[in-house]
Amino acid sequence: MRFLIAVAVTIFATLPAWAEVRIKEVTSPGGITAWLVEEPSIPFVALELRFQGGASLDAPGKRGATNLMMGLLEEGAGDLDSQGFARASEALAAQFTYDIGDDTASISARFLTENRDEAVELLRLSIIEPTFDEVSLERVRQQVLAGIRSSETDPNDIAGRAFDAQAFGDHPYATSLKGTLDSVTALSQDDIRAAHQSVLTRDRLFVGAVGDITEEELGLLLDRLLADLPDTGAPMPGKVAPALDGSTQVVEFDTPQSVALFGQIGMERDHDDFFAAYLLNTILGGSGFESRLMEEVRVKRGLTYGVYSYLVPKDHAALYMGSVSSANDRIGEAIEVIRAEWARMAAEGVTQDELDKAKALLTGAYPLRFDGNGSIARIMVGMQIQGLPIDYIVTRNDKVNAVTLEDVNRVAGELLQPEGLTFVVVGKPEGV
Amino acid sequence: MRRVLALVLGATLAALPAFAKDQVTDFQLDNGMQVVVIEDHRAPVVMHMVWYRAGSADEQPGVSGVAHFLEHLLFKGTETMESGEFSATVAANGGRDNAFTSYDYTAYFQRVAADRLELMMQMESDRMVNLQLDEGDILTERDVIIEERNQRVENSPGALMREQMDAAQYLNHRYGVPIIGWRHEMVDLSLDDALAYYTTYYAPNNAVLVVAGDVTPDAVRALAETYYGVLPANPDLGPRQRPQEPVQNAARRLVFEDARVSQPYVTRNYLAPERNPGDQETAAALTILAELLGGGTTSFLNERLQFDQKVAVYTGAFYRGTTLDRTAFNVTVVPSHGVSLEDAETAMDEALAAFMQAEIDQEHLDRIKMQLRASQIYGRDSVESLANRYGRALTSGLTIQDVQDWPQVLQAVTAEDVKAAARLVFQDRHSVTGWLMAPAPKEVSQ
Repeated sequence: MRFLIAVAVTIFATLPAWAEVRIKEVTSPGGITAWLVEEPSIPFVALELRFQGGASLDAPGKRGATNLMMGLLEEGAGDLDSQGFARASEALAAQFTYDIGDDTASISARFLTENRDEAVELLRLSIIEPTFDEVSLERVRQQVLAGIRSSETDPNDIAGRAFDAQAFGDHPYATSLKGTLDSVTALSQDDIRAAHQSVLTRDRLFVGAVGDITEEELGLLLDRLLADLPDTGAPMPGKVAPALDGSTQVVEFDTPQSVALFGQIGMERDHDDFFAAYLLNTILGGSGFESRLMEEVRVKRGLTYGVYSYLVPKDHAALYMGSVSSANDRIGEAIEVIRAEWARMAAEGVTQDELDKAKALLTGAYPLRFDGNGSIARIMVGMQIQGLPIDYIVTRNDKVNAVTLEDVNRVAGELLQPEGLTFVVVGKPEGV
Repeated sequence: MRRVLALVLGATLAALPAFAKDQVTDFQLDNGMQVVVIEDHRAPVVMHMVWYRAGSADEQPGVSGVAHFLEHLLFKGTETMESGEFSATVAANGGRDNAFTSYDYTAYFQRVAADRLELMMQMESDRMVNLQLDEGDILTERDVIIEERNQRVENSPGALMREQMDAAQYLNHRYGVPIIGWRHEMVDLSLDDALAYYTTYYAPNNAVLVVAGDVTPDAVRALAETYYGVLPANPDLGPRQRPQEPVQNAARRLVFEDARVSQPYVTRNYLAPERNPGDQETAAALTILAELLGGGTTSFLNERLQFDQKVAVYTGAFYRGTTLDRTAFNVTVVPSHGVSLEDAETAMDEALAAFMQAEIDQEHLDRIKMQLRASQIYGRDSVESLANRYGRALTSGLTIQDVQDWPQVLQAVTAEDVKAAARLVFQDRHSVTGWLMAPAPKEVSQ
């Protein structure tokens, strides 16, 4: 046992340099910028398109329009109806996914080298020439409504909605991006078209590509694919300061295990102390078995299957959140332990040993993220959105290692607000 | 557009390469441990997995959940490692580790820098034989698995119904008992129960080592012989035989009512054959049947029930052929708002009957085969999914050869094969139909 720990400690400093990800910045003849990693060993390309703004660009009174719009892109485009589009993409074995978040709309594509041109033309139709025909609109609307109905009795979703409503007042973040039964029922074809013109625009676009494609080929591809996008999107919503009062709110729901979300104000991604906060969270409640919350709530007391905390730096607000679920008669104790650990961390900070281990985990785990063409394309788009330099990957672990114990413990005192840590509990919790 | 694409399709099918066998090497250690090495040198990262040919369906009656409970307990101590030290060491080396349990297997894995492989093998081989548990470990960890059951099952009406359906499906086989265990048996799981399972099944001759990533077969062999090769085989390990299903002669139906259901649905399982060594043709036909019937926008159920009749918001068909014993073929319909489950089931039955009557759309079959072939290319991008594919197959009674033959077996399936497999499976007498719904609202008397 001692032997193994000694081995572990001596190798901290010798974590290997890993195969570099050679990112090139490509600008198409038409002026579209993308980050590219050429990886010719497997004959396909992963292409990631992301449009900043996302569902928060929903027009007033049109909540859910962007979500429904994204769901309709592959349901009829150009001369193809919904089934025709599906048949075409299946025949090419091209895979397109259209996703929506609070801050971004994402389009992820994988297509084979040998039919790349046909696949890109199909993708172009869905982005530039979706038909949003009435029949598809009604069908997909019913699917969205079914999802909203399901989420009305899902304890995790109930907790998320209650938390967001409390935190974000009248900001778009306060409500579900899927919309409500009423708002989605009222959406018209014109609303969907307006969302399309507001969200998928050139000025909000970020592109990453990984795979069997050259710079020149990618440039031509991007112009064909994206040149006809509208130039500018709808105005962004403003910043919002989360309103979290440190209370514990119970939403009564008849289920055996209570689900709790907790949170306080977080830290912006571009803050100078972000890595210190990231290390701090890794120690307090980061993923894996090693965090204090996991140790105290699960390992020592057996109160839950999982307890986690995570920094949520959204574009218009920063939260520091966590989640836990425990049987109704045990959730009270779990919440007490979490509050106590939050306060202990704020008061005492971390030890040098904890910090060293967290650095080893974060720096060692970083290369594990680059585990496929699609993952690398997504990471590159995220870097561009965050305004990180193209050589960031090489320097990132140095930034983690440069954080000192003093930094982390100063940030522990400044960031953590035990009195502001707010809980929403869904279930029939006893003694909460 | 459709004509053009059909031409494209014809050209493409011929051009796709065969399955990349050259990525994969396999051998066996002297003590009977099977080893699979999957090479991918794009990044200096490795996935190290040990799969045991033992899952929940290998448990003794009365201790349901013990296979999964033991999986949790393997993260406690050994003779040379303290409780929790395993994962702490993986983390200190910048790696991630976890484990999972199914009916037919239990697997442990670490993702880590390739030069940490030796340390992973040292620790994983240690806990294969040297586990040290005390009563304290048992009590808190038992609370954890009960909370896991709460989270996965008790809080989910759909999961609760699936348990009831599986129990109704299997008259004699342990697939009818949930992997996580029945709650009333979980609360009594003891140290002895866990150790009995451990000493019976955890041995090199019952394990498969899968290493995927930036490694060479020679290097893996040397390390595997050093750490796993020295462990003694368990000579008492018998052939893997579980109680099998009798002929099933009665359709079963159940209605699961739960106030937490806001989106009702109807779902049906048919008992179905699984992939068997050297005999995968029926399973391949069923795999393609699931795609034809319920695999996406252009599937038969979708076109009929969502597009034409508009009685459903979702339809699906599922078949998982990689199991040791008889598996199930599932068909599910989520009705449109205002459509009753009775009408949804009638529509489902009529659709299945219509499918059996109609000719299979050859273009659709070709598209599915094209996608299956392309998945061989896309699949090379993720050695982890390749590692899982081998691990799952080799612990479900299949051989390396079966795994490597599978893409060709799928390509060889004809429309007639699909029809024959469907006739075999779609028989009421071995089916279970479930309705998931909220209880009817109480009538208000005026």
